[in-house]
Amino acid sequence: MIRIVLPANLRTLARVSGEVAVDVNGTPTQRAVLDALEAQYPVLRGTIRDHTTHKRRAFIRFFACESDLSHESPDTPLPDPVATGTEPFLVVGAMAGG
Amino acid sequence: MSGVRVLVGTRKGAFVLTSDGKRNDWKVDGPHFAGWEIYHVKGSPADPNRLYASQSSGWFGQVIQRSDDGGKTWNAVGNEFTYDGVPGTHQWYDGTPRPWEFKRVWHLEPSLTDPDTVYAGVEDAALFRSTDGGTSWHELSGLRTHGTGSSWQPGAGGMCLHTIILDPSDQKRLYTAISAAGAFRSDDAGTSWKPINKGLRSEQLPDQDAEVGHCVHRLAMHPSRPNVLFMQKHWDVMRTDDAGESWREVSGNLPTDFGFPIDVHAHEPETVYVVPIKSDSHHFPIDGKLQVYRSRSGGDEWEALTNGLPQSNCYVNVLRDAMAVDKLDACGIYFGTTGGQVYASPDAGDTWSAIVHDLPAVLSVEVQTLP
Repeated sequence: MIRIVLPANLRTLARVSGEVAVDVNGTPTQRAVLDALEAQYPVLRGTIRDHTTHKRRAFIRFFACESDLSHESPDTPLPDPVATGTEPFLVVGAMAGG
Repeated sequence: MSGVRVLVGTRKGAFVLTSDGKRNDWKVDGPHFAGWEIYHVKGSPADPNRLYASQSSGWFGQVIQRSDDGGKTWNAVGNEFTYDGVPGTHQWYDGTPRPWEFKRVWHLEPSLTDPDTVYAGVEDAALFRSTDGGTSWHELSGLRTHGTGSSWQPGAGGMCLHTIILDPSDQKRLYTAISAAGAFRSDDAGTSWKPINKGLRSEQLPDQDAEVGHCVHRLAMHPSRPNVLFMQKHWDVMRTDDAGESWREVSGNLPTDFGFPIDVHAHEPETVYVVPIKSDSHHFPIDGKLQVYRSRSGGDEWEALTNGLPQSNCYVNVLRDAMAVDKLDACGIYFGTTGGQVYASPDAGDTWSAIVHDLPAVLSVEVQTLP
């Protein structure tokens, strides 16, 4: 089980409060986690990454274990504490816009 | 008694303002979608409980919301806007070619007859249509690819398709307007398009009467006379009597012919409203006096409407989609400002009062006349 923390606007859109959890088959990667998240909450499609290219939206960041994973390959395995559910995978709105 | 429902899109959410036919006392509901930019909210003429809203964010992109109960509850529907085929390029501000890239929906225009059919005008400029209540969207790419598209260039606010007008007498005829490309017409339900900009002159263009490149801010039509269109251009207020084949200037005695919105009285097709703005660099009213101007002669002769509007220290703007008219016997006029006020006139502009004072900057105003 992967724990995910969404920004407030996306929690409202997905109609959830607090963390959400998704199950991922195989090695958890950004791509696998976001695929599972979007399958569970289809309303989030297009809000974190592009519908077609699956490229991260410019003002979205991915953090975990006090590290910025935004520029990692989407197929890089996530840190073990995220994979084991000890630490959450954070989807963050970048500091932008004043 | 019949009433009105005013749909307000702002920089930080949507608001629904309702009143009875007197339009004196108002109920304010919102913010819906708090924190998101709501470029436009509009109801279906075929079903007043069906509303569509464009919700967007620089962080999270585009969401389309739909209500089936007049705005009490909302559900997100489809938000995938993919250009048809290989998008190609348009001109960037510096004149270099730039690939078309979807940014947001500026305007939603529901069908006059089918609540599930709705058109979307988007940035970068293109026209999309949904026939399943907003679940899926398909581009009417004949507009973007008709030939001049590669030469279109964004205005200061982006290259947006901001106006969609459906001809009530001919289901195959549609009008659109794009900043800064101009006005376009389709006579085959959106399959093919032609520029309709003859008569426009823009000093900002090297060829002042070019076929495209004009910064049209808004078009308006009275449903009883679909061949007559009024236009607020970057500068100049224009009119056509032949469905856009030729335009003539009707700015007349306006104190400035720069502005954004333009609209037509619900029962008087020759009564037109604009909000003159000092200039393209100022973007506020002249001398701090907020004035709506009304022509009862289809242009050329204009009168200032000031009763109830601030006449000192007012430096707001009124954006292109932020004016609307209701269809009650005494036609009501509404507009919203970048200062967060929504003004209403229950008597065709003679007197005004603010429904609300302190909303976020208003991007759009629409009104539904309810039975």
